[in-house]
Amino acid sequence: MAGKGIGARLLRKEDDRHLHGRGRFVGDMAPSGMKEVAFVRSPVAHARIRRIVKPEGAEDRVFTLDDLTGVKLIRANSKLPTYKPSDYPVLATGKVRFVGEPIAMCVGDTRAEAEDLAQEVVVDFEDLPPVADMLKAREPGAALVHEQWGSNIALETWRDDDIDAVAAKAAFKVTQECRMARQAMVPMEGKGVLAEWDERQGQLIVHTSTQVPHLIRSGLAEHLGIEERQVRVIAPDVGGGFGFKCVLQPEEVAVCWLARKTRSPIRYLEDRREHLTAAANAREHHYTVTAYTDQRGKILAIDAVVHVDVGAYSVWPFTSCLEAAQAGGNLPGPYIIPTYRVHTYTMATNKPPLSPYRGVARPSVCFAMDLTIDAIARAVGREPYEVRLENLVPASAMPYTNITKKFFDSGDYPESLKRAAKLIGFEAIRERQKKPERDGRLIGVGFATYTEQTAHGTSVFSAWGIPLVPGYEQAMVRLMPDGGLEVRVGVQSHGQGMETTLAQIASEVLTIDPAHISVTHGDTGLTPFSTGTYASRSIVMAGGAVSRASKILVERIMRIGAHLMQVGQADVRVADGRVVGPKSSVDFREIGRVWYKNPEELPANVDLGGVEVTTGYRPNPDTGTFAYSSHAVVVALDPDTGVVELLDYVVVEDCGTMVNPMIVDGQTYGGVAQGIGTALYEEVPYDSEGQPLASTFLDYLLPGATDVPSIRIDHTVSPSPHTEFGIKGMGEGGAIAPPASIANAINDALRPLGAEVNRTPMTPKRVLAAILAAKARKSAA
Amino acid sequence: MKPARFDYALASGIADAVALLDGAGGLGRVMAGGQSLIPMMNLRLAQPSLVVDVAGIREMRRAELSNGELYLGAGVTHAMIEDRKTPDATNGMLPFVASGIAYRGVRNRGTIGGSLAHADPAADWPTALLVLGASIDAVGPRGARTLSLEAFLVGAYTTALESNEVLTGVRVPRLSPKARWSYYKVVRKTGEFAHTIGAAVLDPERGVRRVVLGGTGRAPMLVEAAAQRLDRPLGVADAAAILDSAGFDPVERHLHATALSRAITRIHTP
Repeated sequence: MAGKGIGARLLRKEDDRHLHGRGRFVGDMAPSGMKEVAFVRSPVAHARIRRIVKPEGAEDRVFTLDDLTGVKLIRANSKLPTYKPSDYPVLATGKVRFVGEPIAMCVGDTRAEAEDLAQEVVVDFEDLPPVADMLKAREPGAALVHEQWGSNIALETWRDDDIDAVAAKAAFKVTQECRMARQAMVPMEGKGVLAEWDERQGQLIVHTSTQVPHLIRSGLAEHLGIEERQVRVIAPDVGGGFGFKCVLQPEEVAVCWLARKTRSPIRYLEDRREHLTAAANAREHHYTVTAYTDQRGKILAIDAVVHVDVGAYSVWPFTSCLEAAQAGGNLPGPYIIPTYRVHTYTMATNKPPLSPYRGVARPSVCFAMDLTIDAIARAVGREPYEVRLENLVPASAMPYTNITKKFFDSGDYPESLKRAAKLIGFEAIRERQKKPERDGRLIGVGFATYTEQTAHGTSVFSAWGIPLVPGYEQAMVRLMPDGGLEVRVGVQSHGQGMETTLAQIASEVLTIDPAHISVTHGDTGLTPFSTGTYASRSIVMAGGAVSRASKILVERIMRIGAHLMQVGQADVRVADGRVVGPKSSVDFREIGRVWYKNPEELPANVDLGGVEVTTGYRPNPDTGTFAYSSHAVVVALDPDTGVVELLDYVVVEDCGTMVNPMIVDGQTYGGVAQGIGTALYEEVPYDSEGQPLASTFLDYLLPGATDVPSIRIDHTVSPSPHTEFGIKGMGEGGAIAPPASIANAINDALRPLGAEVNRTPMTPKRVLAAILAAKARKSAA
Repeated sequence: MKPARFDYALASGIADAVALLDGAGGLGRVMAGGQSLIPMMNLRLAQPSLVVDVAGIREMRRAELSNGELYLGAGVTHAMIEDRKTPDATNGMLPFVASGIAYRGVRNRGTIGGSLAHADPAADWPTALLVLGASIDAVGPRGARTLSLEAFLVGAYTTALESNEVLTGVRVPRLSPKARWSYYKVVRKTGEFAHTIGAAVLDPERGVRRVVLGGTGRAPMLVEAAAQRLDRPLGVADAAAILDSAGFDPVERHLHATALSRAITRIHTP
């Protein structure tokens, strides 16, 4: 259909139901006879469980691990040497290892009744010293989260280039320390799962709020000890995932066990306190980066030590390795780093397991690297913008394989930075800064540039050796008897708008109007296998598979169409949902009619696969296609309160060919808003006893509508040479740069005061503390 | 996040509310807008055996100006004050403060009496009404009494109200036409509780000069030394010196000093 395929600014098909409140989420489902569960959760970070006492008379409504016959411990393996897997019990046994860890499952007719029961369960603890901080976790004598490990190091990786030789000839040595706080992901919809046993199918039907239904099916079957055919996982409407919903939750396993045992529908809906304190924890990295540079600030070598606080357990299937592996590999970012030494420590602590959150390690590495670039600029006495520009991989070097063997497929990184500077009005801001502001605030401008490895496939994940490695992504397309199209994919769309974009891709090939294309996703019973939606992969992988399947289908349609018109196949093409011959044309409706209803009219050599195609796709190389972006931000900072206001925010992004530019913008806005949250607001602080200090939205602040400025987006388009239509992934990108760009802007504003910030979130208190410390240093000197 | 079991009673009047509370043996809680109590109950931080709903008591929504004093029933919502559906005796201070409380949804239900009785140290009404020299009316089994805000606000989340007393209304002295006020708070984002609040009232005609520091984690406090210096702008360093012995860490002290300084400076800004 002309104008509605790739590149069209089509309104999302999903919007109608969501904007009218007609979406259907797990929380909207309540089959008759459904019971609800609440979990008894640990109030302490680290303790031995001496005894669990069920309330009298309620023994059959309270379940501990001992009751969960056949349920296995969750163990996520990895091939990485030095990795220590953890046995993550569905319900705590022996020890509790974080506040919020589920200990017992209570069932009632309502959630309130289940909570009443949970309140009556008595757990007798023998307190153990908690491990609350990742740096202290490495100190000798620290308590051990997993005694059998002998230390708290879950994974250690290193790369040892010869730094000393470079250091000897470097003009400058600059060390930047920084820390990204532990935060939660906070999708609008928390976790939810509803499990029922279907007697007719002999199947557990699991409606769960997940990004990865096929992975969860495997996970549930494995951990329940039943066959995969006995589990059907359906992700209904999912209100945001951001990575939290791509791992198997212990609660999911427990609820499924109970539904199978009791044969009645069981539902668990995570509440916001559980979400903040017990589940969706993310980020928490610490960096010490030392850069060696020449006189102008050109980087000669980077020497980094990275710590990641992964909490108590390794999540299935992505493991606790993901963050540090990505951190070590992605720290060089879009910059040319000739020599690189890095040592990463993945630390277990008495906190909830770290899950991969939008961008995974990249917001942290971008924060570390781009703060380092600005620190270099200050040291060598040049503009950070210019030093950044000089260190970026130039367009002339593309395609470029960097020091960690990342293959940058296409793009012009310096151009994106130049555009961002122009859009933000960089020179005008430098002029403005020469005069004091009337309100006494300080103005700062900051930049950050990143690459976003997207849709990395088999070769990357198999090197990590995690339980499930993505392979050939499959899609099914089926011409309907009336000329419409069904598309079925195993990925899951939960805000990405894939019901629209995948229809656009099919439309691009088949010329059917997207209005007549249905996309079915997120149901293991209806779709080809897929590892699901994560790592900004779906538009490349599922989109590529839809394209390939559509290309096969269009050939078959043309063959039938040519036969019906009695012309050669070489003489026909498709347009506007018709097979067009030299003198006449046939509507796809006719093709459908003939295949399904009047097969006597088919050609003798018709493809017996019919008008339905399932095929697989993987880009070559499958190491990932690299989207990239430069962000620029202007802040106004009140030096007496530390309050930071974002005055302007600019994104210049390049994700190759845009399937739907409005959806690209929407993903960018949402990502930047989340990045602003990381930069300025969001944190689950833990005290020295391992108690979470933010358990409601009273203490856990999210950016609101009034805190996110109008984000101005500009695009450049560098198609990937290696993917269908040159599409790159881009779902995570928006969230990657804001902590770095905003920190650099704050530090730019603080420069006259000699103060700097280096940890997220950059709260008024932290900013003010930096200012007062600088003042104290000055008066001491 | 579901509350523990509780009984609910819709009070028909103030006397009924008092009787219901008195019968609950100290385990009853008054609910007006429910904007603090219900979240606390859902988190099971509050587990009252009886919730006495006073939202239906018309008398508690009464608002009138008389005898140089504004009376606001405890059930008057923030939104009613913000929208000036109640009389004002404070030259616009009460509507200004009301408009900055949380979000409109909270203001539609939350009440002035509920906020005072909850006594969150970061809330707006305790600080604003203290600086205005207001007092509260309470009714218990032994009758009615009036308490100054100083006497009423005991500490963070702690008031002088007995467990069987109902806060029925607030009395706010009328400011002179030429009286000036200021109210300056620092929030991390719109609608959140304040990290510091500086408030000042200068009413030379009535001989009133008051400065209050709120949002400190304790009950809001009158800052006498600052009130003495209300005639001219006060710098941050001077304000910090006044707070030297208040036991704040240096960052908190600077923040609170800034709020005081800006409140006092603004009172001089036309």
